[in-house]
Amino acid sequence: MAVTGAQKRVIVVGGGLAGLAGTVRLVESGLKVDLFSVVPVKRSHSVCAQGGINACNEVARQQGYSEYEHFDETIYGGDFLADQHPVLEMANWAPKIIDLLDRMGVPFNRTSEGYRDLRLFGGSLFKRTHFAGATTGQQLLYAMDEQVRRHEAAGDVTKYEHWEFLSPIIHDGRCVGIVAQDIRTMQIRAFRAEAVVMATGGCGLIYGKSTNSVMCNGAAAARCYREGAYYANAEMIQVHPTAIPGADKLRLMSESARGEGGRVWVPAIKRADGTWGPHPRSGQDPKSIPDNERYYFLEEKYPKYGNIVPRDIATREIFDICVNQGMGVGNQNQVYLDLTHRDKDYLQRKLEGILEIYEKFVGEDPYTTPMRIFPAVHYSMGGLWTKFVKGTYNPPKPLPKHVSGKRAPINAEVGQGMAYGDPANAMTNIDGLYAFGEVNFAYHGANRLGANALLSCIFDGLFCGVGVANYVRDGAPSKAPSKDLPQGAYDGAVERETARMKKLISAVDLGKAADEATNPYVIGRELGVEMTEACTVVRTGPRLEQCLQRLGDLRARYNRLTLADAGGWTNQSLSYARALGDMLDLSDAVARGALERKESRGAHYRPDYKDRNDAEFMKTTLARRESDGSAHVEFIPIDASLVEPTARTYGKKDDSKPAPTPPTPGSTGVPSRPVPTTVGSGV
Amino acid sequence: MSSTTPTAPSVAPKPGTRTIRIRVKRCEGPGKPERWEEFTLQVSAGDGTNVIAALQRIAAKPVTVEGKNTIPVAWDSGCLEEVCGACTMVVNGKVRQSCSALMDTIAPNEGDVVTLEPMSKFPVIRDLVVDRSRVFHNLKRVKAWVPVDGTYDLGAGPKESPETQETRYVLSTCMSCGCCLEACPQFTKQENPETWDSAFLGAHAISQARLFNMHGTGKQLEKERLEALAGPGGVDDCGNAQNCVKVCPKRIPLTESIGAMGRAVTIHAVKKLFTLR
Ligand SMILES: Cc1cc2nc3c(=O)[nH]c(=O)nc-3n(C[C@H](O)[C@H](O)[C@H](O)COP(=O)(O)OP(=O)(O)OC[C@H]3O[C@@H](n4cnc5c(N)ncnc54)[C@H](O)[C@@H]3O)c2cc1C
Ligand code: SF4
Ligand code: SF4
Ligand code: FES
Repeated sequence: MAVTGAQKRVIVVGGGLAGLAGTVRLVESGLKVDLFSVVPVKRSHSVCAQGGINACNEVARQQGYSEYEHFDETIYGGDFLADQHPVLEMANWAPKIIDLLDRMGVPFNRTSEGYRDLRLFGGSLFKRTHFAGATTGQQLLYAMDEQVRRHEAAGDVTKYEHWEFLSPIIHDGRCVGIVAQDIRTMQIRAFRAEAVVMATGGCGLIYGKSTNSVMCNGAAAARCYREGAYYANAEMIQVHPTAIPGADKLRLMSESARGEGGRVWVPAIKRADGTWGPHPRSGQDPKSIPDNERYYFLEEKYPKYGNIVPRDIATREIFDICVNQGMGVGNQNQVYLDLTHRDKDYLQRKLEGILEIYEKFVGEDPYTTPMRIFPAVHYSMGGLWTKFVKGTYNPPKPLPKHVSGKRAPINAEVGQGMAYGDPANAMTNIDGLYAFGEVNFAYHGANRLGANALLSCIFDGLFCGVGVANYVRDGAPSKAPSKDLPQGAYDGAVERETARMKKLISAVDLGKAADEATNPYVIGRELGVEMTEACTVVRTGPRLEQCLQRLGDLRARYNRLTLADAGGWTNQSLSYARALGDMLDLSDAVARGALERKESRGAHYRPDYKDRNDAEFMKTTLARRESDGSAHVEFIPIDASLVEPTARTYGKKDDSKPAPTPPTPGSTGVPSRPVPTTVGSGV
Repeated sequence: MSSTTPTAPSVAPKPGTRTIRIRVKRCEGPGKPERWEEFTLQVSAGDGTNVIAALQRIAAKPVTVEGKNTIPVAWDSGCLEEVCGACTMVVNGKVRQSCSALMDTIAPNEGDVVTLEPMSKFPVIRDLVVDRSRVFHNLKRVKAWVPVDGTYDLGAGPKESPETQETRYVLSTCMSCGCCLEACPQFTKQENPETWDSAFLGAHAISQARLFNMHGTGKQLEKERLEALAGPGGVDDCGNAQNCVKVCPKRIPLTESIGAMGRAVTIHAVKKLFTLR
């Protein structure tokens, strides 16, 4: 193929849904794409998503739903932390995105007439979640992967799989390429580009074990942060109530298990005063525990909603039982999720896929033995801070919360939320450096609604991809293309990364490989334990301060690291050790954000500041990295010009009549909540 | 609520830990000699230890059974829930995903040995890591994609019956792991990428060709796919050993796909014969 001067190159780092969607869009705009990924893109973490993808659809529309309601739910679900215009644009695009995926051949489940089937999902009264069996993320990723392969075969995409992104290259305040390393040959190289799109996903690995894949360590984002990019809302980490504890990973157990009648309980003894206490035989054969010694704590505390209370209530109650009351099964952090009372045929029809995962990884039969589950870190709402340019819809003042099913104030037109094609959309504070997908902080505020993540990934790729193309065509690269920039800018960046690597390799000491104090895998494990203890469901000032101190200790140990492998070939210990330093940086931003956000909002719960405080904290947490790796945190105003913030009570007071939105029954003194998920597979 | 949040543990330890042995076939890089190294590991029933967790523990304390410090083993993994295909290797002689290989199942007794080897049909990169680029390359050979007009807003795709969707869905869960290729006697190791285009495609790509030929728009490339399947390394090379279908972790009906594509290739050839005249 002839490379003409007009065919400029853009780098996309990350081949999950966001990176692949962006790649396709950039190629269609006439650009060449160099696509980097540590794993073959088809194996990216997006394959894990099970439940589905949200969008307004014709059936829901005729029942009163609208793109606007989807927008409103997302803002409300996110506890009013997200900038509002970008969310509006995303919701408006959702139906188009589903149509596109459909054209690409995604095997969405069908109705008998052959239309796309829909399921109900948390956060909505309307069926608006599209799904492909129990592996929606896998199916969407494959559809994008196939399109990218097509463009690769045509010579428009060059894949660099098994290459690790090490650093953006910034010249005169503008990102003009990257440094990357071939993790097989260990070659370090600079690549020139007119713009760089980061689509590197989340950071669950800083918590050690989570529902995320092993590549989700956040290192790529942290490396941009190290080079001056801002990191936003780091403390907003979503914890999912029901995951399967495992030795290497906490695998998601979908809410549909509860939706289909699953009961949550622990063995316990009822005291004379009606309260419950620990059971002496807890942890032994659950079938031997009689019914009156089973504490169905969700059903007892929330008689109306029982086991299908909202996600974060379930999470906090399970924590309370295990941690405060010491009643976890076998005095471990686990409770039973029991389906054994249900008919096996029925369960097989409804839940086979997810029950199979349990059986496969725990080695127990969930049809006859209650499952053991515990909450797990699941998703990062925070990420690289990005800009946006407001679109055409700007009401004189914010509207009150949308009444479900009511006529929307606007039609869903392109450009109402964000200015279509504007190069600033999804651009970080560094010119030419963009963030798409989970690594972009933009859409989910303080709490993500189920089945909205896949949408935000594809939306970024398709919508913001156009802005990237325009930036390349009309922005700085049009005046000073990267090919004309001095070689020194690139060589310098390669030298810095080579020096970093050499420092780590000089720490190789086979004799000390098993020394726990300086073994990177041990430090990583301890980091995970510390972050999980201090920065998940319940966060307090003193504990967070202690956490920051411990992060400092871990960093001191990290600086004395020993490696067991000096190998100049496929050196996984080196890659891991290098990423660990970046994970420490991000952890600091998470802990510091959590400490300084003195309120409770969405996923961030501070018993010492139980209420949401809009006056001080309806703001984005912005972290900048100091030279010692610690985060400097400030709070900047958000765009809340479309809907007024309201308390997220979900009809808490009144259980008797059908609530307009699914209520959170009974609980007092608990901050605002996301919406329950009663139906649907994992999110 | 307490002020701290605890770590999720491994599942409850049941009484009775056991010591097992992990034997790993090691190789420092292409062309380097192979050797075996053995490690011991304490596990207990119900603790959920799988092959990946075992390798992680070895990496944190890389000491062999002889008490010698060694370099951590290199391995591939991703999702850890058998949906990405990255961690495929040969465990106790059988190709499979190592993340779903539980010690309680594969080494239930004291002293049991677990052997870990890289896949043999692909070049070894290091230890348990192999280069499976050929698997993805073969998807290009059969044009495994739907030729859409672009990502513009052009309305919905073709309507589809639930039956077709169900058939396509199963085919579409293929994670390009390569188990079916490892097990196939006709699929042989090709060190040189230049031979890839004439070597046997294997059940994986044949089944993907079927998937896209079943789609309303995907069909537009049907002829080209059948040409590829009729050419060297196509369906004819299949010896019908049926090993592939036995090892596919996604239970994809591979022999059905091979049969369907074999018939389609024949019909296509006959048609071509008549239209050429
Ligand atoms: C178990 C589970 C279930 C979920 N279910 C749903 C659901 O039902 N619906 C929903 O909407 N969302 C769901 N989510 C969330 C959703 O899956 C993710 O947010 C989304 O897939 C992220 O996609 P991404 O493209 O941003 O990143 P990823 O898919 O994580 O891809 C990141 C890419 O970056 C690459 N990369 C990372 N670091 C580097 C580096 N240093 N150098 C080079 N490349 C690098 C990786 O190789 C990969 O290609 C779920 C999440 C989990 C964990
Ligand atoms: S049936 Fe064909 S593809 Fe499958 S293992 Fe046998 S020879 Fe290989
Ligand atoms: S067909 Fe099955 S065994 Fe073969 S690559 Fe696909 S998932 Fe793996
Ligand atoms: S790690 Fe993904 S299949 Fe095993």
